[in-house]
Amino acid sequence: MKKEKKMTLTLPVEEYAGSGNLACQGCGAGLAMRYFLKAMGPRTVLCIPACCWAVIDGPYPHSSLSVPIYHCAFEAAASTATGVKAGLEMVGDDKTTVVAWAGDGGTFDIGLQALSGAAERNDDILYVCYDNEAYMNTGIQRSSATPYGAWTTTTPVKFFKNQPKKDINAIMAAHRIPYQATASISYPEDLFKKAKKAKGVKGTRFLHIYAPCPTGWKSRPEDAVKLGRMVIQNCIFPLYEIEYGEKYTLNIKVKDKKPINDYLKLQGRFRHLKPDDIQIMQEEVDRNWARLLKKCEAS
Amino acid sequence: MPKKKDAKKIVFQSADEMPMMPMSIGSMLYNKTGSWRNIRPEIRLEDCIQCGICWKFCPDMSIGIENELPVVDYDYCKGCGICAEECPVKCIVMVEERK
Repeated sequence: MKKEKKMTLTLPVEEYAGSGNLACQGCGAGLAMRYFLKAMGPRTVLCIPACCWAVIDGPYPHSSLSVPIYHCAFEAAASTATGVKAGLEMVGDDKTTVVAWAGDGGTFDIGLQALSGAAERNDDILYVCYDNEAYMNTGIQRSSATPYGAWTTTTPVKFFKNQPKKDINAIMAAHRIPYQATASISYPEDLFKKAKKAKGVKGTRFLHIYAPCPTGWKSRPEDAVKLGRMVIQNCIFPLYEIEYGEKYTLNIKVKDKKPINDYLKLQGRFRHLKPDDIQIMQEEVDRNWARLLKKCEAS
Repeated sequence: MPKKKDAKKIVFQSADEMPMMPMSIGSMLYNKTGSWRNIRPEIRLEDCIQCGICWKFCPDMSIGIENELPVVDYDYCKGCGICAEECPVKCIVMVEERK
């Protein structure tokens, strides 16, 4: 069977992430790595602390990626990347991009001091946090990226998480780093563009990628990309860039904001929520969105 | 990108065979993740509009492009169903796997 038309591809065809990896079905983190490496190219070093990707990559001596990986301690992703960068500079290599690739636990909780230190020194590294909103690799424990109301194994249904998600982007903006952005796996062209832009900037860069996790969120694997899209359209996770902690750029201006109910309904981790709890979540989302709009207008 | 022919699991018989530096020397292609699947995607190519969305959203890099048409690599497809869900003309159907 032959068709005249050429296939329309919006991303380059080169793959640096390989098949046979150990990701769950419908893994958002796998997609995030795939798009990210397409933008980065082969001259990249990854420093991966304990997170899902430390497992997905495969057991020694195998690796599913075709770029070098340095597995480091949980709290040390940013400092390891700083060290690798310093080593490369000593041997005269200034073309290789050094990337710290950590999950939300390694960024929001455990790796925060190393990340803050690297950002304060403005070391020339690119820090990527793929956010699946709990410690998924060790069995769905609560992290400070877990949203209000979510079930995890350490915040069971009766005592669901009572605190909202930590605003890591505001923390990073307070460090006045040259470039930081949020991205979602459901907008691969946007993620690709931001990764390319981050590659060209010197200094500490921070990417926050939203990566749905069907296993931990108790959603269907085929909904992973849909969830990543819904979260943008109901403004829970807006797409924006910040330069030097001051210049805010909103990438997707959501005109008619959808209610968060449809998003919550697709996930088993929010099944226990009463309408009052959902109302609290909706108010929190509205407040954050209004605050972001104000910041974008001011800059 | 490693070719499919080097999809072999590396097993060290003794400590002497191990490389001096602990580094990865093989790819994960020996791990045929297709065995995880209980539903399989089937593409009705006559309805395909060649948008490339299934290729773009495959988390396992198992939808390839041959002659400008998508082809599923059943050795590695884990059967997540993202391609069927995201296809704009719904020309991918998930059918039950039979042995």
